[in-house]
Amino acid sequence: MRNIFLFIRRYRTFFTFLTLQVVALWFLFSYNNFHRAKFLGIANEMTGRINTQYNKVEDYFTLKAENQRLHRFNDSLLNLMPRNFMQRDTSMKMTQDSVSYDTPGNYRRYLSRPATVVYNTINAQKNYIQINRGASQGIKDNMAVVGSDGSAVGVVVNVSANFSQVMSLLHVQNSVSASLKKTGEFGTAEWDGKDPRYITLKRIPKTEEVKKGDTVLTSPVSFNFPPGYMVGTVSDIKLDNTTGMYLLKIKTAANFYNLQQVHVIENIEYEEQRKLNAETKKKIEQVKKIPR
Amino acid sequence: MSDFLRNILRLVVFILLQVYVLNKIPHLHRFITPYIYFLFILWLPFSVSRMWLLVIGFFAGLILDYFMMTPGLHAAACLLIAYVRPFIINILTPKDASEFNYREPSPKAMQWTPYAVYVFILTLLHHGYMIFLEWLDGGRFLDFLIQVVATTGISMLLIFTAELLFPRKLKFRTNTA
Repeated sequence: MRNIFLFIRRYRTFFTFLTLQVVALWFLFSYNNFHRAKFLGIANEMTGRINTQYNKVEDYFTLKAENQRLHRFNDSLLNLMPRNFMQRDTSMKMTQDSVSYDTPGNYRRYLSRPATVVYNTINAQKNYIQINRGASQGIKDNMAVVGSDGSAVGVVVNVSANFSQVMSLLHVQNSVSASLKKTGEFGTAEWDGKDPRYITLKRIPKTEEVKKGDTVLTSPVSFNFPPGYMVGTVSDIKLDNTTGMYLLKIKTAANFYNLQQVHVIENIEYEEQRKLNAETKKKIEQVKKIPR
Repeated sequence: MSDFLRNILRLVVFILLQVYVLNKIPHLHRFITPYIYFLFILWLPFSVSRMWLLVIGFFAGLILDYFMMTPGLHAAACLLIAYVRPFIINILTPKDASEFNYREPSPKAMQWTPYAVYVFILTLLHHGYMIFLEWLDGGRFLDFLIQVVATTGISMLLIFTAELLFPRKLKFRTNTA
């Protein structure tokens, strides 16, 4: 027994090294698995404050681009105003049907909240965006984040009291459901970690007709993103012969170099959808086990 | 300025430089991320005990990790170089005379060639281990090798630029202090 203690005492630096190394690796690998960093809550608050100070300066450099994006987006909204549309014939008048069973019962499915990007990288394989809104402002995991021009940016993966971490589209583990605007075919948008200007759209069958410059939107089957937000435009078309699917190179609509203001969009039915999905899977598994 | 205060300041400056400049600038190539923050560990005084080196190295890495959202990655790499550092210094400095004439490793304290070897070995270890951990997630082996070589090269360049631009005024360690 005494010898063991002597041994440990003698090599105590080595053992400290081993212990700390194990702690570091545990942090690293548990984070990769669960999107949960150890002590991230406190750390996120600290880095968030420092990043906010830095961001006060940095914002000035992207003001022009941000202003143009905002102006374009306002313009597109302006074009939707009812006063832009006229009736040709004065004898015809459009009226709202007041019969209650005929009016479509609209309800709110998505809710948007504004936020500011305080830190953003594009150089790593796993890029995260830190935004200055958190749990206290109603941000939850898995909410979608779109840029000030309505372009898809990422998904919230971690929330502390006043700041959140967003997994950017430029993250190798990211996969967002996206669809072609023209045909409505779904695919998965992923990033290969190479060029921060381009992502890849996979799983579009080769029977679809695709041209360069086609628009790619967030798909209606996504749980996080509302449908119809711009992901990007097709810039290169390749065919994967083994699977018979396209590998489409997409130029991202969001400019990740100068993100500044973003919208965090909540899918109010997210929990219900996710639960239904999980329960269906469970049910199917159970059905499989029953001998027939 | 005391050693303690000087090193705290250095850590803050290096971390800020790494987080807000080197990780933000558009890189020449996606493989080449310039790193300089670990120079903090290379510049720690000779007098720091091996145990403290480990603790300081671990936390220096962890601070950067929480900025970069990679908990444990830089901490593991910094811990490794903090552990190896005393061995390299022992091998490279002549035992008899100049070992503790200066407070901390520098070209002046160790001569240029041994200092360059010291920086090179630790930079290579830091990048090699860190990129290896990243590479475990997937990727080609060739990419891993190229990335280690390229990042080590650019970091060495940065470190020697820093050494030449900001020569540290180091006093002799005297008995009166």
